[in-house]
Amino acid sequence: MNGARDIFRNGILRQNSIYRQVLGICSTLAVTNLLANTLVMCVALVFVVSMSSLTVSLLRRVTPQRIRMMVQVMIISTYVIVVDLLLKAYLPDISEQLGPYVGLIITNCIIMGRAEAFAAKNKPWPAFLDGLAMGLGYTMVLMLIALVREPLGFGTIFGLAVLPESWTRWAVMAMAPGAFFMLGIVIWVMNLIDPPAKEQQS
Amino acid sequence: MSETELTSALVILFAAIFTNNIVLTNFLGLCSFLSVSREIKSSVGLGAAVAFVTTFTAAINWLIYHHLLVPLDLVYLRFVIFIVIIAGFVQFAEIAIERFAPALYHALGIFLPLITVNCAVLGISLFMVIREYGLLETVAYGLGGGLGFLVGIVLLAALRWRIRRSRVPAALQGAGIAVILSGIMALAFVGFSGMLTIN
Repeated sequence: MNGARDIFRNGILRQNSIYRQVLGICSTLAVTNLLANTLVMCVALVFVVSMSSLTVSLLRRVTPQRIRMMVQVMIISTYVIVVDLLLKAYLPDISEQLGPYVGLIITNCIIMGRAEAFAAKNKPWPAFLDGLAMGLGYTMVLMLIALVREPLGFGTIFGLAVLPESWTRWAVMAMAPGAFFMLGIVIWVMNLIDPPAKEQQS
Repeated sequence: MSETELTSALVILFAAIFTNNIVLTNFLGLCSFLSVSREIKSSVGLGAAVAFVTTFTAAINWLIYHHLLVPLDLVYLRFVIFIVIIAGFVQFAEIAIERFAPALYHALGIFLPLITVNCAVLGISLFMVIREYGLLETVAYGLGGGLGFLVGIVLLAALRWRIRRSRVPAALQGAGIAVILSGIMALAFVGFSGMLTIN
């Protein structure tokens, strides 16, 4: 069994879902033009991934092998519904802006991937930590991307103006291409800082 | 079926392919977009399978949403229902295609089961609810979204094929350069916007 420290190092850096495994990037790109939306999305994802890892792990002995994917999807959707209802109730504006991307947490490959690769084979507590670590790794990258996109695209950070009016806004950063370029740059820089193990490169 | 409905469906069809491309402007289906685009042949297979599934699941989900969930006031259950319908449809399609069109089954091969977790499929069903499309518009959107995915993934596969001899920095090889290429494609697709708009 892995120690908690290894699990966190693994989830946040070594196997970071975004820049190392390139999973779960749909939402990465869609919500990162505003920091507030990104933060809400990240909190939602951390909640769903850690809770569903925990639940999948708790049920791992009673889940029939053949239908385990279906069971996992149901578990994940349940938590997503909880998140969606909470957002609608307490943060209706952001819920509106995030639109379908909250529901799309269900098909976020990170969650299914961790349920399959880790939670289904491990005890509940490590599974919960693994989900949490993966979620935090995701949060780190998303906040980083949003922290570049929002100031350059809108001249603001969390909605507060930080750049002078004379600053020419980079419309491209607020739109789709900027998201792709930022993600590419993040992958590039992270691979330079911390080169992946050899077998992944081949 | 009124004429305006038909026009709006046509507009949605083309907008979903070009101006509001599901992959390049809505970022849906990116996981398989990046991982399956190494070869043109397999990307055509996946794209066709996705277009097929999105068209039908969008229509089925529309019927269930408007004739079952809304009357019963169970709208909040839509995530579970949609994903179950999609998974069920993909399973069913797999069996049906294997039985009636073995050649197509072998061509699509491993791509069919993968589609369940393709967020483009669920995304299209969620968008059609949010945008309050009618049935015909939904079918057009499902087809257009699927075709948009097909166009995007085939173009990316072709671009990746072209750059395979280029000297890409080591740290950018694989996913990195594919993401940058997608960015350039997205930039090109931004050029289509203004041609058509859907809300």
